[in-house]
Amino acid sequence: MTTAPVDLKHTAPFVADWTALDGQLNGAQPGFVKALRRAGIERFQALGFPTPRQEAWRLTNVAPIAGTAFHRPAAAPAGIGPEDIRPYVYDGCARLVFLDGHFAPALSDMAGLPAGVTASSLADAIRAQPALVEAHLARHAGLDHPFVALNTAFVRDGAFVHVPRGTVVETPILVLFATTAAAAPTVTYPRLLVVAEAASQATVIEAYAGLAERAYLTCPVTEVVVGAGAVVDHYKVQKESVAAYHVATQQIHQDRDSTFDSHAVLTGGGLVRNDVRTVLDGEGGHCTLNGLYVVTGAQHVDNQMLVEHARPHCTSFELYKGILDGRSRSVFNGRIHVHPGAQKTDAVQANRNLILSAHAIAHSNPQLEIFADDVRCTHGSTVGELDDDAVFYLRSRGIGADAARSILTYAFASDIVDRIKVPAVRTDLAAFLFDRLPRGEVVREAV
Amino acid sequence: MTHSEPLLEIHDLHAGIDGTPILKGVDLTVMPGEVHAIMGPNGSGKSTLAQVLAGREEYAVTGGTVRYRGEDLLEMEPEIRAREGVFLAFQYPVEIPGVSNTYFLKAALNAIRKHRGEKELDAVAFLNLIKAKMKLVKMDESLVKRTLNEGFSGGEKKRNEIFHMAVLEPRLAILDETDSGLDIDALRVVADGVNALRAPDRGFVVITHYQRLLEYIVPDVVHVLVDGRIVRSGGKELALELEAQGYGWAEDQSADALAAPGRERTTA
Repeated sequence: MTTAPVDLKHTAPFVADWTALDGQLNGAQPGFVKALRRAGIERFQALGFPTPRQEAWRLTNVAPIAGTAFHRPAAAPAGIGPEDIRPYVYDGCARLVFLDGHFAPALSDMAGLPAGVTASSLADAIRAQPALVEAHLARHAGLDHPFVALNTAFVRDGAFVHVPRGTVVETPILVLFATTAAAAPTVTYPRLLVVAEAASQATVIEAYAGLAERAYLTCPVTEVVVGAGAVVDHYKVQKESVAAYHVATQQIHQDRDSTFDSHAVLTGGGLVRNDVRTVLDGEGGHCTLNGLYVVTGAQHVDNQMLVEHARPHCTSFELYKGILDGRSRSVFNGRIHVHPGAQKTDAVQANRNLILSAHAIAHSNPQLEIFADDVRCTHGSTVGELDDDAVFYLRSRGIGADAARSILTYAFASDIVDRIKVPAVRTDLAAFLFDRLPRGEVVREAV
Repeated sequence: MTHSEPLLEIHDLHAGIDGTPILKGVDLTVMPGEVHAIMGPNGSGKSTLAQVLAGREEYAVTGGTVRYRGEDLLEMEPEIRAREGVFLAFQYPVEIPGVSNTYFLKAALNAIRKHRGEKELDAVAFLNLIKAKMKLVKMDESLVKRTLNEGFSGGEKKRNEIFHMAVLEPRLAILDETDSGLDIDALRVVADGVNALRAPDRGFVVITHYQRLLEYIVPDVVHVLVDGRIVRSGGKELALELEAQGYGWAEDQSADALAAPGRERTTA
């Protein structure tokens, strides 16, 4: 365990805020939640904010977060209507909407879900089904991560999705965490808990939006529990303000023969960190972790992946692609850990980066830790520019230089775009790319 | 249309890459309706000539002029050349996963039409056009619908180039070793496509290493390019002589014929 110096100056405002919240809640939460919160703040206090001296944080400096005085909104803001969130919601989905960390029932719509399925605010679930929540909440996302500890310290609300055994939910469930405009930098601690019981199936879209271009911190923790033979399609669509900090952890636990397919679309945020961790904890499990980050300006995006093959006969497939422009930075650290005895593991990992500007930098670091002898693990990482031959080929057919580069940039992203199964999410991403790329109207016609 | 004005006029063209001279004084005039074949050994500069005409920026033009329909071709960006009617069928067409062959072609055709002040084609009109062109060049529908050259065999890529040519209807088509690596069936398809597109106002520069192609695409003029210069020009029978006697023969002939001016040029 790394021991880093703890800077009390930085944790103190968060601890003070915790104390205020604790007093305000005054026993309103069940004992197990209170205990979690206490464990969270204590752990955060002990760990402090990570520093670049810690290997996992070497290339992502969170000092700007530690140095900002954040204000935790006490209530949902008034005056936010359906029109304000329209760019961030998808047609054909059930949805849970949170504004500044608070559940917004008026903007949410859970109609059309099968009987027995719960999709509600976490606060409601803690009241209605405390035993069910207690069985899973914070059982997977470990407190050794300072931001997980911080999030857990402030567990109050969030989203809870529960799919009973054998139930198939056709309608995708959108969980939107939006941060609205506020005078001072705000902080929210979104929590998402998804429990898919054995042989169930569901699609969950986890979305983040910044409704105003200003600095704030979103510190979410997502836990997904995939039961035996269950199938969960997960999407993360991150459209935070480019001035925002987004430090997220996503912890997946998979039982035997389960499938977890995740697609991350990361286009927003100024300083973005995602820790994505999956444990394949039953034979025959499969996970797909795909992602696309598209960054420009001074954006920084760091994806820390860990796939733990704990049992035999599991497969994992990871493809993260990045398009970097401006002075943007990306970090990809992809760990595959094969436990002793996890024979017949088949793990594939790739990180591909396309650099559009001389000032952008992509760091890519695949890591294999293999403690079983009958496995197949492959990894690859590339950082490159557009292929001159391809640009010339397109131009020689009459396509302008800007459009040619944009077509090839889109083409680079297209295998991630095409793998997105929810049409509305796929179309939204394509539209974003057409909008972002120069001469996007030609790209729209050409692909 | 006027047939008196040359389609392409290359005069004393010098070009190279990374400081290495490759073309050392090429002269070539193509009139509308003509098919010119350029033959030559490996490394003679055939592909460089094709790339320079299409506007590849990696090649530096160090001397000479190229006029296309009376305009300075070398001043034009590659896409402007294409829109003005210059087409290069690549020796090695590029695979571009994620871009649909059909949609890409529509974007290219509309860029060309827009440049010429013509109305852009809508989806229906375009579909009708490509159906007709597919028939013309015997292009398989499954290839048309796939992504651009991805997973195409060598022969399929070359046929796709001819298909692009048929759709874009250039005024000057340059075929860079389109026959290389093709079996006889694919070669016939390529040649039939070119022959179907021959027209009084369209010119072709067919670059090839092998005489075989010229049995199917009968050229008006054959040129022999050796060491960056056209050393001989003649009728289609010149190709047969080359086939029988090899490039060494043409080279020897050229050494005598061009020795003096060649020397002048290098000392100039």
